[in-house]
Amino acid sequence: MQTRALAGQRGEHALFAGLDLQLQAGSLTWLRGRNGRGKTSLLRLLAGLSTAAAGDIQLCGHSQREIGPAWRSQLLYLGHQNALKDDLSATEALAFLARLHGLPASPQALAEALNRLGVAHRQHAPVRTLSQGQRRRVALARLALAVDVPLWLLDEPFDALDQDGITALNALLSDYCAQGGCVLLTSHQPLSLQQPEPQMLDLEPYACS
Amino acid sequence: MTQSAARASFAAVFGSVLVRDLTLAWRRRTDALLPLAFFVVAISLFPLGVGPEPGMLRDMAPGVVWVCALLASMLSVGSLFAADLADGSLEQMLLAPQSAIALTLAKCAAHWILSGVPLIATAPLIGLLFGMSGPALLALVAGLLLGTPILSLLGALGAALTLGLRSSGMLLILIVLPLAIPTLIFGAGAVGTIDAGMSASGHFSLLGALLISTAMGAPWAIAAALRISTE
Amino acid sequence: MTSPSATPNTAAAAGKGGRLRFFNFAAPMRFYAITGWLVPLCWVVAIGFAIAGLYVGFFVAPTDATQGESYRIIYIHVPAAWMSMMLYLVMAFWAGIGWAFNARMASIVARAIAPTGAMFAFLALWTGAFWGKPTWGTWWVWDARLTTTLILLFLYLGYIALVNAIDDQRRSDQAGALLALVGSINVPIIYFSVQWWNTLHQGATISMTAAPKMANTMLTGMLLMTVACWAYAFATVFMRARAITIERESRNAWVGKLVSQPAQGGQKT
Repeated sequence: MQTRALAGQRGEHALFAGLDLQLQAGSLTWLRGRNGRGKTSLLRLLAGLSTAAAGDIQLCGHSQREIGPAWRSQLLYLGHQNALKDDLSATEALAFLARLHGLPASPQALAEALNRLGVAHRQHAPVRTLSQGQRRRVALARLALAVDVPLWLLDEPFDALDQDGITALNALLSDYCAQGGCVLLTSHQPLSLQQPEPQMLDLEPYACS
Repeated sequence: MTQSAARASFAAVFGSVLVRDLTLAWRRRTDALLPLAFFVVAISLFPLGVGPEPGMLRDMAPGVVWVCALLASMLSVGSLFAADLADGSLEQMLLAPQSAIALTLAKCAAHWILSGVPLIATAPLIGLLFGMSGPALLALVAGLLLGTPILSLLGALGAALTLGLRSSGMLLILIVLPLAIPTLIFGAGAVGTIDAGMSASGHFSLLGALLISTAMGAPWAIAAALRISTE
Repeated sequence: MTSPSATPNTAAAAGKGGRLRFFNFAAPMRFYAITGWLVPLCWVVAIGFAIAGLYVGFFVAPTDATQGESYRIIYIHVPAAWMSMMLYLVMAFWAGIGWAFNARMASIVARAIAPTGAMFAFLALWTGAFWGKPTWGTWWVWDARLTTTLILLFLYLGYIALVNAIDDQRRSDQAGALLALVGSINVPIIYFSVQWWNTLHQGATISMTAAPKMANTMLTGMLLMTVACWAYAFATVFMRARAITIERESRNAWVGKLVSQPAQGGQKT
């Protein structure tokens, strides 16, 4: 993915401008910046959920003008919120999200995905009975199913995770990048990921006050 | 790395959203039945308000049933997207690699099944309370069958436009009711015409035409409104 | 922040000279400057034509054979009803342009039209009532056109309520545009359905279309009043649009200059 002179805004408030970035296959980029700098807005922009104030985005050869199903099939976006319904079981919630995005949703695939994130023992429990960390893991389990998607945009994926969870997610990210996937993520905590070496992208230079 | 990864088919998105909404409603059965309860209670207020004189009740029955169906529909449609917005599901649904129309159609279908169909099922009983004749009851049910999907579609448009706003309930009603007036006129008018002994085929064909045109245009408008509201 | 005259789409529209000039004209700063002298002009026209029209309508035009003097209220009623309908379509048009081309002035104009349109609808309803009372003995008749005007008033109120409820300006403009467009598609449907409803319930054989046959002077009066209404609409819409423009552009340089200038053009605080 690459952008040229991208400008973002929230309401009437200009957030950042002149952002040029290049994300290569197999790379992992850590998006940094203080609160309110527009990290989440940038991720949403790249995902196609909002429109840019100015500038250009290209994803795997598709231009931003063609934002539509083709664009969205190339990426996976994980927001702050888990997008899990309280009354569904973990498996059902995961199955829904998987089917929505055309990811493999067979019972084995789902069980395996939950297992990779260490919540397989709770797969039939209603989401409302899970702790915050467990819910985050269920939400992240989707990543285990989405290894064929070229780009992952993750907003605070390490939030609410304990050490085991962080290890599991690191393993997932490493495998994905090794296979040629591209990751752009934000995190308030320092990354403990070794492989691939995280590249930094700081929004401060692009910020409009 | 494969080129284009997941492409979810229209049917897959439609089906999974619809099934999920129905499953969730089933697990909160009492909540799902609230619109119906409101409908019945509201209708019962009319005889209490205007008196039990049978002729008058029979005359105003179609209008009362339709207006209460309209209001019950509007009250239940407000939460169509709100819960999904709150927990982030709406965002994920809009990110599905498929046109958002699949999502909007599924949501409207779920709403119709959950609030429109119970209304249609209850209408004959209500009609009996008001002393309506057989053919009139049939006309009422047929009209509701054609009209309640229209109300679901229009209501969904209102819900999408007022998503996340304060006092969105009242705002939604104010926006949608004028648009729903033709449906009300044809639906209630059909019963009145049948009661007067004439054929109501004109009314039904107009209702049908309204349904078709709304079903063609509204999903697109609802999808556009959702994107506007979540930007 | 650079001057807003270069909206993202002026670049795209370059090469079509006329279109480019049009979008430049639409830029807030120039709009403000031009309407500065346009508004007083419109007021003069409005008041002038109104005086002429009312004079013709109330003094020159002959008494109607069937309805006597009370029919004269139509000189206000008919233009008002007509304006309310037209303004809704104009509003929907500009809102749609604003949405499609990201043209901010268009959205501002659409928002400015709404209260004026609602006022005309309200005026049409009241004057309709004043016409009805002496003529048919009731304050309100469920005539097809009056009822449609009532529903039109609801549509206006819905639009105004929606755009005022949304804080985010861009979302507000776009949502309003969608609602206005959906509403304008529905207006013919609503009118048709109300007329259908009216003809079925034979109680209301009263129809506003049974207006008195128009003598020439009557037509002149109507025409003068219509022009007056249009001029009034332009005046109020421009005034409101100027106020909204100042508010929205308050961060830009030209507004600052405007405010710090002496009385000449700095009348908005």
